Amino acid sequence: MAITIEEVEKISRLAKLTFTDEEKLKFTQQLSQMIAYVEKLNELDTENVPPTYHVVEMNNVFREDVVKPSMPQEKVLANAPAKKGGYFSVPKVIAQD
Amino acid sequence: MALIDSDYFGIRDKIFSGEITVPEITEACLAEIEAEKDLNAFISVFPEHALKRAKQVDQKIRSGHAGKLAGMVVGIKDNLNLKGYRTTCGSHILDNFISSYDATVVRRLLEEDAVIIGKTNMDEFAMGSSNETSYFGRVKNYHDSERIPGGSSGGSATAVAANMVMAALGSDTGGSIRQPAALCGVVGLKPTYGRVSRFGLVAFASSLDQIGPLSKSIKDAALLLNVISGYDPNDSTSVKQPVPDFTEDLKKSVKGLKIGCPKEYLGEGLDPEVRKAIENALKLLENEGAIVEEISLPHTEYAIAAYYILATAEASSNLARYDGARYGFRSSGIRNLEEMYTKSRSAGFGDEVKRRIMLGTYVLSAGYYEAYYRKAQKVRTLIKQDFEDAFKKYDVIVTPTSPTTAFKLGEKMDDPLQMYLSDIYTISANLAGIAGLSLPCGKDSGGLPIGMQILGKPFDEKTVLRTGQSLEDALK
Repeated sequence: MAITIEEVEKISRLAKLTFTDEEKLKFTQQLSQMIAYVEKLNELDTENVPPTYHVVEMNNVFREDVVKPSMPQEKVLANAPAKKGGYFSVPKVIAQD
Repeated sequence: MALIDSDYFGIRDKIFSGEITVPEITEACLAEIEAEKDLNAFISVFPEHALKRAKQVDQKIRSGHAGKLAGMVVGIKDNLNLKGYRTTCGSHILDNFISSYDATVVRRLLEEDAVIIGKTNMDEFAMGSSNETSYFGRVKNYHDSERIPGGSSGGSATAVAANMVMAALGSDTGGSIRQPAALCGVVGLKPTYGRVSRFGLVAFASSLDQIGPLSKSIKDAALLLNVISGYDPNDSTSVKQPVPDFTEDLKKSVKGLKIGCPKEYLGEGLDPEVRKAIENALKLLENEGAIVEEISLPHTEYAIAAYYILATAEASSNLARYDGARYGFRSSGIRNLEEMYTKSRSAGFGDEVKRRIMLGTYVLSAGYYEAYYRKAQKVRTLIKQDFEDAFKKYDVIVTPTSPTTAFKLGEKMDDPLQMYLSDIYTISANLAGIAGLSLPCGKDSGGLPIGMQILGKPFDEKTVLRTGQSLEDALK
């Protein structure tokens, strides 16, 4: 199945990525090629096969809810591209008039 | 250089008797890193830190309190956190990221007195088979600088092959330890999924990722596995399995050991010289008393397709965290929150990472989830069952690690699918979660190393390593 430019644009919005027109063309062609390749899986009848999400059989892994020391605030903020008053700083979310 | 061309066990007695000091070894490794700078094996090197630690370890040896890895100079892949140092993951988006804690495997190395000398180069976010996607430049193969070292742990494999370190840690999501080990002529081990804690490893595809050693000998790999294995409360997917001493029983005979050799791994696309080396290695194992029989793993041809759906789906989810808000690169000139995300991600990630995020987002998107993602999970079950059936009758499975020896720089960069196909023999082990080892088993007519892969039952690294040791000894 071939992927269209419109689909590449839609996926890029979901993935929070932007591309030039040239890149879009390249990705459209490459993604189509890869999707065509993975279509190979349809040769297999998997109607009654259970999926494997995880190789080690585990269910919910619980632990006691005990308070333990956590990373100090200054360390948490140490790699922040921008910070203010002990918080991560980002552009305004609410539109300005 | 004679001081560092041996494996760790080869000079361990000299280190402990004081004949060689740890600072001397560290200096020798630093000199080698400098001399082979063109190979670009390291992203960061820490001479001061390493020499300071080397002195401390030397004192511990003299006072009789040294750990199991005392004097082992190691490199760690740059997707493992070492507190206070940069962890770039080979990406622009993390090129200023300073780790605020140690990965569990790193802490365990340090507790046993290894000397960490630097962080090794890698494909960006471990996505690649040739170490050409690193933001910090490609790595060259030590045996032929016109060729790739394999990937994504290409820096770790090169550092070991070039005697810049005695051993290294890498990570393996679809072959990223075993394939570069094969193409560089060193030993590389992907442990069973859950054997080693992933806490502090930058996530790529969480159900497939596993950390493991690259070394110059089977015994060194076994020792490193002793140190890094075991349950970790910080990684709920690490398993509460007893950790045996993997260095024990290595010399036990392989007499009567049943080796399965899957015909699907010896078919079309396999370089005749690689095939010859594998056939020769199997004969050597037969001479030692092992029983070799042809087997079938019928779903092998579907492994790459299933892998590239699952790995990219998991990656697109894991890499959503790089949003320019809390850490990592933030683009300048942004006007709103949406632009902060899209501009930071678009400028911060390289082409291969974007390609995989796009594919992963596509297969998870509404309307396609069932057809691709769920289908691939079902095929994963079939691939896992192939191995379960084979291991009912056989102790280990032997295959080539890679269909060819190291290919030329740039050869597959314009054709992502061809690049993905170079992992054809390693990917199934990640999908099934089983252990896999690559060790050198000869060279082709151009002098390039050939690797043999030994796959084992879950948590049976001991038998895998014993088989490897038998071949290592037979090839001496």
